[in-house]
Amino acid sequence: MSNYRIQGATGDWEVVLGLEVHAQVISNAKLFSGASTEFGAEPNAQVSLVDAAMPGMLPTINAECIRQAVRTGLALGAQINKRSVFDRKNYFYADLPQGYQISQFKHPIVGEGTITIDLGDGQTKDIGVERIHLEQDAGKSMHDQHPQMTYVDLNRSGVALMEIVSKPDMSSPEEAGAYLTKLRTILRYIGTCDGNMEQGSMRADVNVSVRKPGDPLGTRCEIKNVNSIRFVRQAIEYEAQRQVDIIEDGGTIDQETRLFDPSKGETRSMRSKEEAHDYRYFPDPDLLPVEFDDAFIDAARESLPELPDEKKARFVEELGVSDYNASVLVGEKESCDFFEELLSALAAKTGKPSQKLAAKASNWVMGDLFGALNKASKSVSESPVSAKQGADLLALVEDGTISGRIAKDVFEIMFDTGKDAEAIVEEKGLKQVSDTGEIEKIIDEVIAANPAQLEQYRAGKDKLIGFFVGQVMKATGGKANPGMVNQLLKPKLDG
Amino acid sequence: MSDIDKATVAKIARLARIKIEEDKLESLAGELNNILGWVEQLDEVNTDDIQPMSSVVDAKLRWRQDEVSDGDKQESVLKNAPNAEYGFFAVPKVIE
Amino acid sequence: MTDLTKLTIAEARDLLKKGDITSRELAEAHIASVEAADALNAYIAKTPELALEQADKADAKIGAGEQKGMTGIPVGIKDLFATKGVHTQACSHILDGFKPEYESTVTQKLWDDGAVMLGKLNMDEFAMGSSNETSFYGPVKNPWRRGDTDTVPGGSSGGSVASVAGFAAMGATASDTGGSIRQPASFTGTFGFKPTYGRCSRYGMVAFASSLDQAGTITRTVRDGAIMMESISGFDTKDSTSVDIPVPNFEAALTGDIRGMKIGIPQEYHLAGMPGEIEALWHQGIEWMKAAGAEIVDINLPHTKYALPTYYIVAPAEASSNLARYDGVRYGLRETVEGGGLVDMYEATRAAGFGDEVKRRIMIGTYVLSAGYYDAYYLKAQKVRQLIANDFKMAFEKVDAVLTPTAPSAAFAPGEKSDDPIAMYLNDVFTVPASLAGLPGSSVPVGLDANGLPLGLQILGKPWDEETVFKVSGVMEEAANFTAKPAEWWR
Repeated sequence: MSNYRIQGATGDWEVVLGLEVHAQVISNAKLFSGASTEFGAEPNAQVSLVDAAMPGMLPTINAECIRQAVRTGLALGAQINKRSVFDRKNYFYADLPQGYQISQFKHPIVGEGTITIDLGDGQTKDIGVERIHLEQDAGKSMHDQHPQMTYVDLNRSGVALMEIVSKPDMSSPEEAGAYLTKLRTILRYIGTCDGNMEQGSMRADVNVSVRKPGDPLGTRCEIKNVNSIRFVRQAIEYEAQRQVDIIEDGGTIDQETRLFDPSKGETRSMRSKEEAHDYRYFPDPDLLPVEFDDAFIDAARESLPELPDEKKARFVEELGVSDYNASVLVGEKESCDFFEELLSALAAKTGKPSQKLAAKASNWVMGDLFGALNKASKSVSESPVSAKQGADLLALVEDGTISGRIAKDVFEIMFDTGKDAEAIVEEKGLKQVSDTGEIEKIIDEVIAANPAQLEQYRAGKDKLIGFFVGQVMKATGGKANPGMVNQLLKPKLDG
Repeated sequence: MSDIDKATVAKIARLARIKIEEDKLESLAGELNNILGWVEQLDEVNTDDIQPMSSVVDAKLRWRQDEVSDGDKQESVLKNAPNAEYGFFAVPKVIE
Repeated sequence: MTDLTKLTIAEARDLLKKGDITSRELAEAHIASVEAADALNAYIAKTPELALEQADKADAKIGAGEQKGMTGIPVGIKDLFATKGVHTQACSHILDGFKPEYESTVTQKLWDDGAVMLGKLNMDEFAMGSSNETSFYGPVKNPWRRGDTDTVPGGSSGGSVASVAGFAAMGATASDTGGSIRQPASFTGTFGFKPTYGRCSRYGMVAFASSLDQAGTITRTVRDGAIMMESISGFDTKDSTSVDIPVPNFEAALTGDIRGMKIGIPQEYHLAGMPGEIEALWHQGIEWMKAAGAEIVDINLPHTKYALPTYYIVAPAEASSNLARYDGVRYGLRETVEGGGLVDMYEATRAAGFGDEVKRRIMIGTYVLSAGYYDAYYLKAQKVRQLIANDFKMAFEKVDAVLTPTAPSAAFAPGEKSDDPIAMYLNDVFTVPASLAGLPGSSVPVGLDANGLPLGLQILGKPWDEETVFKVSGVMEEAANFTAKPAEWWR
């Protein structure tokens, strides 16, 4: 139970939250038809006669969608149901050509599972998943293209969705945000959904109710189709407060469906006097139950990559990466893929074990690389510096060819030009000076040139060593090996 | 025991999106009650340990390969449309 | 010159093979008889040009030595099969003007075999009816009349049976959900065949009740039925309820030998108040079976009386959902309301587009699926349905086939049963149980009643055992020697 409370006039209120996420399944063709699922085509160009619900058309199920749902269930540690049934959910809307949606009601393909969310400071919380089922997505209705008419595009109609239903285990906007973030990460990791909320391939319905601690559950309202994690948090804050205000004013909450308006930061009722939907679910007689065996489930399990939590644990425990770095890196598959590729190449190049390199490498990726990418508004997959190139750069630091300071400059040039580190170091003559003789010579010159500071140092101003270091670095154009300078300078200063 | 009244008929008609004129509601209620009263004889049958029939066919659901094998026929899809514009189906707006 | 329209499919096949006649001649003769049969109102769309095109192709096929059973054979197609570019409306106003851009699997198989389409046949709207009185295109007249009084041809495949009985087609496709092939066959002295559920593809068939609908055939003889059924049967990947099982040579099953076969007589089909003539005919059929060497076994199908109410919950429920797509958005009729929105359009379109019987069934179906009623009605009905199927399963452990009357009466006059829907539903009392259990079944014309109207006997078989049904039907046909033909009053 989190400590999040709404402060009302009559006391503190708890918020009870459940999330239903609709995630578009990554597959070439739709759930029950062979039309393409690609985004952005001409209207009604990716529609088969089955999708358009022509008379006499019949559904046939896509094997990959079944597999993807099972893989998702496995990634959430959920119970996989070897027999599940498709039901018709009957209602009328212009973007629902059949007049029913093929969904799963009583016997979903996946049962109970868990998502462990990160609350920061190494704290975690387990949020229960109630079930996952497969269903058809609807088409798109456009209401703003014509004054009296709505334009309907059925391209999206029939695309496979996984509806992932959480248990009402969340109690704050932060927890809800963390849940969505983690779920999105997992789905992207295993490649079952691209989690693109702006494009609508992942949408969240939020169920919100409030109660005084210890009281039974309050009436909930559902906020539909929220399409960003930030909006989910905002919607929850607004809605919980709205409900508290109503109850404290003596009113009761109507169970209803609401929409979040991002421009106003408010939720509003979807329809005035909305009648409760009676979906009249019944098993779809055009289909038979979906059945598969343990071998199918095992094969699906084999196909899963290392999951975020496992990966993070490995980074921290085996590679010595800090908890914070590990969390950030595993947050996106492309980030940890980049990091692991870099680390592997670095270990190969230097001959040193990964454990000794990982912490430094992660700092470089998080600091230098991500910093540059953010500034250029690029994603990791758009990085002008590849993982191998990054490894080469860090290898040069490892073997002393260049200093860390110089490496930053080299990296800047690499980022702008795409050139390799070695080429740049060669070209600009940036090799570190590590010749003790040469450094000593320069130290002597610097000491001789700064007698006043030498006297002050010898008199007790220890901090002036920094000044001398700086002068030596200046004299060498920054190329002196800093470690070596420190080593050789002190004895000479002390005299 | 079913006893459908005018209000229930109106509700069902709404669910089914069929407009029934006010003056027809009563007679339709009568017709439906007649039929429902007749089918209610199923209550006589003991079905305590029986599973509902899930499918007439004793076979397994066949799975299709994940290939794009359909679509790309906008013209065919819109051919019979009562009102199509710019590649879309055009319908009257929902009135809130 | 023989009247080509009086040939059977088997006879025509033979003459075509020998070159004594051409497909074109056959088509021309039938195009003329279709024209001459307007009074029956069996056809609601005629396709003479297409027929001639197909006939020419068929002649080429025969010339190339590729003749199949149905090559060159002129047939009528029930209006609920999608025929590309041709009127397909399931005889409903709500599909006004609909011409599909696709072909149903069943009709495609016929065209692949070289058959010839004469046109689309009248039917009860959305296949809901037992008398073909609910069609948007008006009722069909039975070629058989009671004296000078018109009678109904039965339904829903009224146009299919009228065209075949009226010699305006050599065969017709039909569909059976609760008896819509068998009962009208019985009313018109034709042979009707419904296969096992899953034997024929439902792709491109306008859906009424998905778990019950099956395509089948109307022909004048059992052999013709075997030939035509073989052509339209077969596994289809586009239909998830289609079963991957090879199609046997149905014609080869017509050995005429049923010695030692066990024929079941279900006691529950003796209905109180059933006309004496039908009991007598059933008894006569039993004697014919015995004479042919079969053993008669009394069986019990205890849940028989619950089949009709079960059907009238399950079928309307599925129909209410299947017919939701007729909403004026993507095809067919659209009625808009001045100043109204989308919901007004739905309500007005569906009110104007659907006939009364269809509306009634949609309402019943919506009700029995609705919250609070699902368990009491739909779920209960599916359980009773399982019991009915179990009854047959147990009976078929003791017998090879089941013999019953097809219908509880001969053809009645139009309007006679229109006042009370339930009176109309009772027409299917003998056919519905086999539909619920997905069994193959036929109706064989065996005699005339005192009014000179045809009566049929029904033969049911085990799942996937169409061969036995054909075999027993063949023996029954031979024994009955039903040669009566209707007087051609409609020309």
